[in-house]
Amino acid sequence: MARVEVEVNGTRHELEGVEPRLLLVHFLRERLGLTGTHIGCDTSSCGACTVLLDGKSVKSCTMFAVQADGRAVTTIEGLGSSAELHPMQEAFWAQHGLQCGFCTTGMIMSAVDLLRRIPNPSEGEIRAGLEGNLCRCTGYENIVAAVRAAAAALAAMETPKTIGELVEVGGR
Amino acid sequence: MAPSAMVGARIRRREDPRLITGRATYVDDVKLVGMVHAAFIRSPYAHAKILRLQMAKAKAHPGVLAVFSGADLHAAGMTASLPVAHKLPDLKTPPHYPLAVDEVRFVGEAVAVIVASDPYVARDAAELVEVEYDELPVVVDLEKATTSGAPLVHAALGTNVAYAMPFKAGDPDGAFASADVVVERRLINQRLAPVPIETRGVVAQWDAGAGRVTIHSSTQIPHLLRTQLSLVLGLAENKVRAIAPEVGGGFGSKLNVYAEEAVVAWLAMRLGRPVKWSETRSECFQAMIHGRDQIDDCEIAAKRDGTITGLRVRILANLGAYHQLLTPVIPTLTLLMAPGCYRIANVDIEVKGVFTNTMSTDAYRGAGRPEATYLIERLMDLVARKLELDPADVRRRNFIEPSAFPFTTSTGLTYDSGDYANTMEKALQLADYRGLRTRQAALRKEGRFLGIGLSTYVEVCGMGPSAAMPAAGWDSATIRVEPTGSVTVLTGISPHGQGEETTFAQLVADELGIPIDNIAVVHGDTDIVQYGVGTFGSRGTAVGGSALKLAIETIQAKAIRIAAHQWEANPDDVEYRDGKIGVPTDPSKSMTTAEAGFLAFMGDKLPPGLEPGLDATRRFEPPNFVYPFGTHVCVVEIDSETGQVKIVRYVAVDDCGKVLNPMIVEGQVHGGIAQGMAQALYEEVVYDEYGQLLTGTLMDYAIPHAEQVPHFELDRTVTETTVNPLGVKGVGEAGTIGSTPAVVNAVMDALAPFGVEHIDMPLRPEKLWKAMGPRSNGKVTA
Repeated sequence: MARVEVEVNGTRHELEGVEPRLLLVHFLRERLGLTGTHIGCDTSSCGACTVLLDGKSVKSCTMFAVQADGRAVTTIEGLGSSAELHPMQEAFWAQHGLQCGFCTTGMIMSAVDLLRRIPNPSEGEIRAGLEGNLCRCTGYENIVAAVRAAAAALAAMETPKTIGELVEVGGR
Repeated sequence: MAPSAMVGARIRRREDPRLITGRATYVDDVKLVGMVHAAFIRSPYAHAKILRLQMAKAKAHPGVLAVFSGADLHAAGMTASLPVAHKLPDLKTPPHYPLAVDEVRFVGEAVAVIVASDPYVARDAAELVEVEYDELPVVVDLEKATTSGAPLVHAALGTNVAYAMPFKAGDPDGAFASADVVVERRLINQRLAPVPIETRGVVAQWDAGAGRVTIHSSTQIPHLLRTQLSLVLGLAENKVRAIAPEVGGGFGSKLNVYAEEAVVAWLAMRLGRPVKWSETRSECFQAMIHGRDQIDDCEIAAKRDGTITGLRVRILANLGAYHQLLTPVIPTLTLLMAPGCYRIANVDIEVKGVFTNTMSTDAYRGAGRPEATYLIERLMDLVARKLELDPADVRRRNFIEPSAFPFTTSTGLTYDSGDYANTMEKALQLADYRGLRTRQAALRKEGRFLGIGLSTYVEVCGMGPSAAMPAAGWDSATIRVEPTGSVTVLTGISPHGQGEETTFAQLVADELGIPIDNIAVVHGDTDIVQYGVGTFGSRGTAVGGSALKLAIETIQAKAIRIAAHQWEANPDDVEYRDGKIGVPTDPSKSMTTAEAGFLAFMGDKLPPGLEPGLDATRRFEPPNFVYPFGTHVCVVEIDSETGQVKIVRYVAVDDCGKVLNPMIVEGQVHGGIAQGMAQALYEEVVYDEYGQLLTGTLMDYAIPHAEQVPHFELDRTVTETTVNPLGVKGVGEAGTIGSTPAVVNAVMDALAPFGVEHIDMPLRPEKLWKAMGPRSNGKVTA
């Protein structure tokens, strides 16, 4: 059993008794109760479990909790709240970029990372950038629209300089 | 509030704040005190006798609470079969136990279940269960299964044919004998997996004091599940509570009563502990229902001018190894809808449902209608090709004309309303059909292969009148005006992405003049909501919304009496206008529903004989199905060097009657098209000859990602229905039904210069590349 020190959504957690084979997604969901990160497959195909690790998107079913030791994780719960939505969350809502909502949290996290890499993506870049996230409800049409809208909203705000700022933009 | 301020508007969904912030509760998010975890041991063989189960090692594994086999469940008195809802004449219904008892009949069939303190431990211990099998002959191939001497899935039945349903109308033989042209074509509708991004899951809890079991399940039908599980478990129905929490997509796959739901509930009762089971994606591919899987042998007769005179279809439907809830009925919908939106008086159609050693097929988005639309729309194009006519002209010639509605088809359905030519002309205009044909001709000269595909569909939904589906045709709604003026709506449907928490609130807001933020729409808990049927068959708004409309009318009638009493007016002089109660001849009199609601709780303010309170529960029994329709135009370009299909444009003009929230309707169409085009191009469940599932993960089964789906250009026409008081039709499945043939027709149109008439789906590059023929220097010459 291992000990894991990890910062999740700005809070430090020190957990003992972490099984080395425990997946990060199960650590987040079961140990920390952050159930906004979902599990949709067992082959790292669907992206429902996407979180940010040190600001970059990862599929949390593809890594062990112990690999997150000493690092910072942002989950959907840390991106924004109903009272203070991140522009990406706001855009998904406004553009009807979700139906059942199950892929949505991972999709939003991937989209946040996409805009970190490409702040003003074309339609093709958005579609390619989200290829690791599967949605069965929307046909992606409104997801693409949402990412575009979020890109415009973020560009209209002060340009974030760091990854951390991008994540925190929702709090403004 | 002005009338229809909300209805018809693009209101943001009220479901979304919890979903976009990760605060929703799906079944896997349910955590109960003392909860333990189940894992299923599943058959690796498609057909085998179970000789022996060695469970001692697993039972001894630290953290394991219990292991049970099918025989153990039987010994404990759980001997009921899982339900099949539809009774066709002479339907063969073999027993279907939640855990296999002595024989397994498909890969993935559950044979035992293990319960442990932790899900990881449960899976470790599942590996320790040793099952000894004696393999039996396997039949996977649908045609082979119908031949004499084929291995029998259920030996006791003596045949693999579960039912045969022949149907004839008019004079099909005469029509074929006198036809100018006859086109014959075998069309294969491949097996698909529904793949909701949330797999199945169950959390069951036993309340020993009350003798009640609560089942949280990712289901589309909480009330039907409660009824059926009470029968399977042998509990009074008031001792079972079913909860559909947030449900992460269904598409028909969760319109069922599954073995795992029954077993997990039984485990909770047996162990006295809450039990959770979360399905893995691999399990989901094996043991969640599949869709489609038909071989359709078709013949169509036509006159030289393109008039269709007769249709013959032999539908061979793969049912899988067992009946799930609606397994046998799905292919009969193909029979009913085979004539599509055309006048075809002479038909001869037979459905044969066949058992094989595969997972059951059942309702998957469209459920029987995509198969019908695919076959008739492919045939229309083949007729056009044979007669060298424009596919649009052949359709124009055969459409049921608007004045003919309500129109009774040769298969006995009565189409409510429609204007098929109208949507087609609009779609052709939007796509610039003539321009596209010109461009196609020009590109062909350059050795580029553009294809234009049409699909003009009509589908049957709003399931449905109880005459067609006993006990599941109607639905319910309750409206409660609370004393302080907020409103609670309890709906019998069970939305899981369709947005009725928003659209139903829109309706109530307009009609009762209640601010939308003061309206809560509640669903999915059988202890809270009056009995209802659920969300499937594009029925949520058409049936559940209509029940809500009736409840609104009952509330209005009572509120009028309360207001009239207050004003000492004759109730006949009082009416609702723009969501408010008033007297047309006396503008000084005005009362809101909230005010009337408050008075309703003051007994002394009520007229004599009127009960206190302002609430209503109503049920809507539709007199008929509804029939949405539309035209999809798909434009593709085929890369002749790779066989790759690129969708250049996709135009859809759909008509689902009156629209309550266009944003939500468009979203349903987008998602529907994506699933339908995925059948055309990408998806296919593959079993090998031994019944091994070759497409058992998302790495092998290709649901499309964002780059594989084009931008959709949508428009609509509005032809209301009189079947329900809202004038709405369904829209959940229309996109899927309309899109598959549009894409295939486009690809076949592109390949016309190569003389290719038909290729079965999915239209993978390899198949197209081969069909385009020999190459020199990598180039083909058409």
